[in-house]
Amino acid sequence: MAATVVTISSGKGGVGKTTTTANLAVALANGGLKVVCIDGDIGLRNLDVVLGLENRIVYDLVDVVEGRCRLRQAMIRDKRLPELYLIPAAQTRDKSAVTPSDMVRLVDELRGEFDFILIDSPAGIERGFRNAIAPADVVVVVTNPEVSAVRDADRIIGLVEAEEKGPARLVINRMNPGMVKRGDMMDAEDVLELLAIELIGVVPEDENVVVSTNRGQPVALDPKSRAGKAFTNIARRLRGEQVPFLDLDEKSDLFSKLSRMLRPGGD
Amino acid sequence: MTLSVQIKGIKDGLLITLGEGDWGEVQEALLAHIAERASFFQGARVALEVGNRILNAADLGGLRDKLSDRGVILWAVLSNSPKTENTAQVLGLATRLSIPRPERVKPVDTNLPGEPTVLVARTLRSGFRIAYAGHVTVIGDVNPGAEIVAGGSVVVWGKLRGVVHAGAEGDEKAVVCALELVPTQLRIAGHIAVTPQRKGKSNPEIVRVVNGQIVAETWNQK
Repeated sequence: MAATVVTISSGKGGVGKTTTTANLAVALANGGLKVVCIDGDIGLRNLDVVLGLENRIVYDLVDVVEGRCRLRQAMIRDKRLPELYLIPAAQTRDKSAVTPSDMVRLVDELRGEFDFILIDSPAGIERGFRNAIAPADVVVVVTNPEVSAVRDADRIIGLVEAEEKGPARLVINRMNPGMVKRGDMMDAEDVLELLAIELIGVVPEDENVVVSTNRGQPVALDPKSRAGKAFTNIARRLRGEQVPFLDLDEKSDLFSKLSRMLRPGGD
Repeated sequence: MTLSVQIKGIKDGLLITLGEGDWGEVQEALLAHIAERASFFQGARVALEVGNRILNAADLGGLRDKLSDRGVILWAVLSNSPKTENTAQVLGLATRLSIPRPERVKPVDTNLPGEPTVLVARTLRSGFRIAYAGHVTVIGDVNPGAEIVAGGSVVVWGKLRGVVHAGAEGDEKAVVCALELVPTQLRIAGHIAVTPQRKGKSNPEIVRVVNGQIVAETWNQK
């Protein structure tokens, strides 16, 4: 088994890196794969909270790097999905506690045992970001359909290209189809026109995400959630499957489908 | 106690040479030295020369942590012992003083007669900057947040949406042209213009200074 190492990054904070990491991890593990996710946000850790594993942390990433425990001891197994593990970040240290070569070594140790290794990058373009992308095979850039997030995504994509990590892939998170329809929000095409990289998912804005984050129950576990469905599809695309994009228009009943057919240029 | 701790400034920060003696004592001496001049060492990048000493991961890792607690960043360990070098590498520390990084954007020497020009055959994303004394040609887009500063003219075979400064050394004859010209800001010599809001797809345009004013014209090959 040789793992695919996927780093989830964005540049700007608050666009949904951690939510994306948690949900992709859950969706991949739900598909029967062995998955470990690593929280790269040392000092501002969140992934443990979103996954609902906060109260089980004993050792963390920095303990492993500094030799206070074995890698196995820092891996928390998720009780819902037996093949999902988390390596949490340290909360009492900062990004400089780990170097890019530490990350490469640590990930190499895990490669043989897992199908996917997901790394949640911190916001910014400094040390934490460098640590997170150093071991990556694939970089997924998360953005929101707003100018500032897209601008930062562009910067990140440029840095990933400079590191010769291959073309980054794009997830557009928190898309609001109603606002796009009214012309108040960029649509996927506007974002892609600037960023010009492969799109692997558009996640609709969904209140369930906030609820699930607070509860530590990622939406990908909820078959009824539209955002959860979108994350599951992204996970399948990461595995190399061809999955059609979701129709994000919530009112896609028979009538609107018909009216769309009647005026094909209408949206 | 005459434990020798020598400190000198090098290009990459400070080089500290530790003399002979028991590791614990030498380490104490170093830390005492740092404590005395805490403000000088604050935020310093330090390379440590440890001579023939054989150090294990706990020794080096321990010292790195103690230094980091004092705001000193240990980035390299220089040693004559392969074992110690290996330990340093395991901890992700350099074992040589750094080699200068190659420039990211190298001027391309095309060896053609004429005026000096650099050709950039890629999209310039946010955060990238090209500065060149001659002309600059880009095959690709120039995204918002990217910047081109040219002594001569700038030609963009793509969308120009970043900041562009042609004739940066005062050449008013410099021009800017692009397939789609919507720069965040455009400067020619000492003149500055911003793109007016416009709708619809634009045509290739060329911008020059006419009578002290920046003027954009649609490119029409007659």
